[in-house]
Amino acid sequence: MINQSQLAQFEIQPENSSLSKSVSKFAGLKETLIKVFFTLNGLAALIFIILIFIFLFKEGIKAFGHIGLMDFLYLQRLDANNILLRVYEWYPTSEIARYSLVPLITGTLLTAIPATIISTIFGVAAGIYLSEIAHPNTKEFLKPIIELFAAIPTVVIGFIMLAIGATFFNDLLNPLNRLNAFVASIGLSMVIIPIIASLTEDALRSIPVDLRMASYGMGANKWQTISRVILPAAFSGVSASIILGFGRAVGETMIVLMAAGNASNLTTDVFRSVRTMTATIAAEMGEVSQGSDHYYALFFIGIVLFIITFFLNLSAEIIINKMRKKNTF
Amino acid sequence: MKELKITVKDLNLYYGAKQALKNITINIPSKQVTAFIGPSGCGKSTFLRVLNRMNDLIDHVNLDGEVLIDGINIYDKSIDVVNLRKRVGMVFQKSNLFPKSIFENLVFGLRLNGIRDKNILMETAELTCKQAAIWDEVKDRLDEPALSLSGGQQQRLCIARALAIKPEIVLMDEPASALDPISTAKIEELIHHLKTKYTIVIVTHNMQQAARVSDYTAFFYMGELIEYDKTSKIFTNPTIKQTEDYVTGRFG
Repeated sequence: MINQSQLAQFEIQPENSSLSKSVSKFAGLKETLIKVFFTLNGLAALIFIILIFIFLFKEGIKAFGHIGLMDFLYLQRLDANNILLRVYEWYPTSEIARYSLVPLITGTLLTAIPATIISTIFGVAAGIYLSEIAHPNTKEFLKPIIELFAAIPTVVIGFIMLAIGATFFNDLLNPLNRLNAFVASIGLSMVIIPIIASLTEDALRSIPVDLRMASYGMGANKWQTISRVILPAAFSGVSASIILGFGRAVGETMIVLMAAGNASNLTTDVFRSVRTMTATIAAEMGEVSQGSDHYYALFFIGIVLFIITFFLNLSAEIIINKMRKKNTF
Repeated sequence: MKELKITVKDLNLYYGAKQALKNITINIPSKQVTAFIGPSGCGKSTFLRVLNRMNDLIDHVNLDGEVLIDGINIYDKSIDVVNLRKRVGMVFQKSNLFPKSIFENLVFGLRLNGIRDKNILMETAELTCKQAAIWDEVKDRLDEPALSLSGGQQQRLCIARALAIKPEIVLMDEPASALDPISTAKIEELIHHLKTKYTIVIVTHNMQQAARVSDYTAFFYMGELIEYDKTSKIFTNPTIKQTEDYVTGRFG
């Protein structure tokens, strides 16, 4: 029978065997430490999200001690003819403070949705161009430039839209307000198009060459291969890029603060000034007195913003997973 | 030799500066199985892709010479590559089904041609599945994802998909190399049946497979066509020493 020590003879022996023993013990400890280190790092993101969540809720929930839940929707008051009206307004510093979030939410959607639509069209098209049509040399040159676009400070884009874009669209379309949701959404698109383009390109490129060959081998031309094989196969990746773009549009602050006009109009007209939730927090948080109704109201906006993006991402994730499981498009 | 389907004259192919095929001249008969054998890198797969111009998709490929299908040069400027590939179907080494349902894979080629009639699509799906001997296995699950099938079933579905556009020639690039022996036997049996309707060209690593399924065998080595003859002749009494060495397993 062969025992352990006999087997060990065939292994390469270090010069000092007692050292090797301590090394192996130490290696086990090292292994554990490394594992713990990486696990902690992996969990850190989760921990921070939970902490942010707790802080946001702790502060925001106090709003209910100051302002009623319904007051965040509308304020009831009598008009000149003694008829009860519901007022959807955000005037937190007025004598009768009005805290309706409705104009802020519509303002956010009115900038984010057009921006996402514009960015989807141009971003996905750019992604397809980069991945499927551009010559490799062109792509190598173009992709970093497109990605560089996303790195422009948003305050610069906001300034450009405020100073040049708004005037351009004012002359072109003659909108009701010079600074409006449309101008802001064009500014947002400048940030989101590169995100969608870059992620779409990644998603399309990850589709195996085999599938392209199968398609071409069946007599499909380039456009048919892109539209019937590559895009559907990359559906989840492309959708994820669009959702990420929308999330960015909802969360973006500087561009909308500078270019959307910042008047909390309750409107569905993209050519009117609007005020977004993010811009409201950014503009008012610095001036609000801590502990006031207004202060807690701003935190409550934070909660709403958080919940909106959370559920957007969650529902999108569910839809994509379902699609992926069914594997049919 | 029976009626000719494909005639290749003095074909040279280059990947950039490297010559991959040298002076290939070969006549491939209609409705027979022709096998290409040879060691890795001998150019047999490259040559297969010449026959439906899949090499067009690879950068830096140049070729000269003539490739005639039914007497017409497929590298002529007037040839529509898309149409050519509909006439010359292809089955690849690894099954490459689309991440769609079984049914949508089968009718992919028809949909490319703008056919939407449910009845025609269904009929074709059934007919080609029967030809590919997979109908009994998929008829109750046409709406399920194609990728839920087993490896052997996937490869036969690939063959069915290729047959759905009614090609005249079916090119197979090592169609059974990734499969188990039972699935391989099924594919070989299938090839046997298919040659009554289609001209089949198969590339294979496996010499026994070539001997079992093909009527004619071409032996490639270092980009050259060394010997081409009836399969029985190549495997029992080859004219050239190199062929004999290869088929008897002395190298390769």
